[in-house]
Amino acid sequence: MNSIGEACTDMKREYNRCFNHWFAEKFLKGDGSGDPCTDLFKRYQQCVQKAIKEKEIPIEGLEFRGHGKDKPENSS
Amino acid sequence: MVKYFLGQSVLRSSWDQVFAAFWQRYPNPYSKHVLTEDIVHREVTPDQKLLSRRLLTKTNRMPRWTERLFPARVAHSGYILEDSIVDPQNQTMTTFTWNINHARLMVVEERCVYCGNSDNNSWTEIRREAWVSSSLFGVSRAVQEFGLARFKSNVTKTMKGFEYILAKLQGETPSKTLVETAKEATEKAKETALAATEKAKDLANKAATKQQQQQQQFV
Repeated sequence: MNSIGEACTDMKREYNRCFNHWFAEKFLKGDGSGDPCTDLFKRYQQCVQKAIKEKEIPIEGLEFRGHGKDKPENSS
Repeated sequence: MVKYFLGQSVLRSSWDQVFAAFWQRYPNPYSKHVLTEDIVHREVTPDQKLLSRRLLTKTNRMPRWTERLFPARVAHSGYILEDSIVDPQNQTMTTFTWNINHARLMVVEERCVYCGNSDNNSWTEIRREAWVSSSLFGVSRAVQEFGLARFKSNVTKTMKGFEYILAKLQGETPSKTLVETAKEATEKAKETALAATEKAKDLANKAATKQQQQQQQFV
């Protein structure tokens, strides 16, 4: 799947390969420590955030809404 | 006005397979309308949850009749954010998805909760809620209310006009505004002056005729 930044697609693929492996083999099995993909992620993010700014996509400052529609409850 | 949707789906795969597949689902034969996909934020929380934000761009497919009403909107693709929390300890995942442009036209928000099926461990349940809202409902309500208010004001004018003309036709002195009174007073004064002049002229003429007649008698 293409990245929004044409130049970022390869970096995204590389990162995704690393992430998908770590996610299934480590994270879901309870071992969330030691993310081996941080460097790849940083490279990918530099590229994609630049593309987002260039295309003026308004994602700046939007509060995380993963908790749902209402104000985020305290998750514990 | 908000339209609400609630639905439930089942995937015949275990929760860990579904959660892994969640990150690999694009592209697929049913996602031709999805143009790009990017992770724009990701972190593991101290309590071992994975928070992610995914940015999607999608084609903005709308029915033909909207093209004339919103030509600019049709051209621009839609930007959608999907925020998610994966909780492997509780084997649940929550997602919240919404559009960050075209919002003046319509906002669609979707919240999903993925969890293991209570009857069958190797299945995954998805509880899906959505809210569809449009501020255009507000605009159409405002137009309606303005139309009604203007109509009511016109009805008042209609009735006042009727009362006015009826009174006039029935020889009553209709109540007038000060401006109208002043205007009519001026007009009336003019008429009176004119009438007086005419009467004076008339009297003068009559007097002259009588004098002539008297003179003729003496001759």
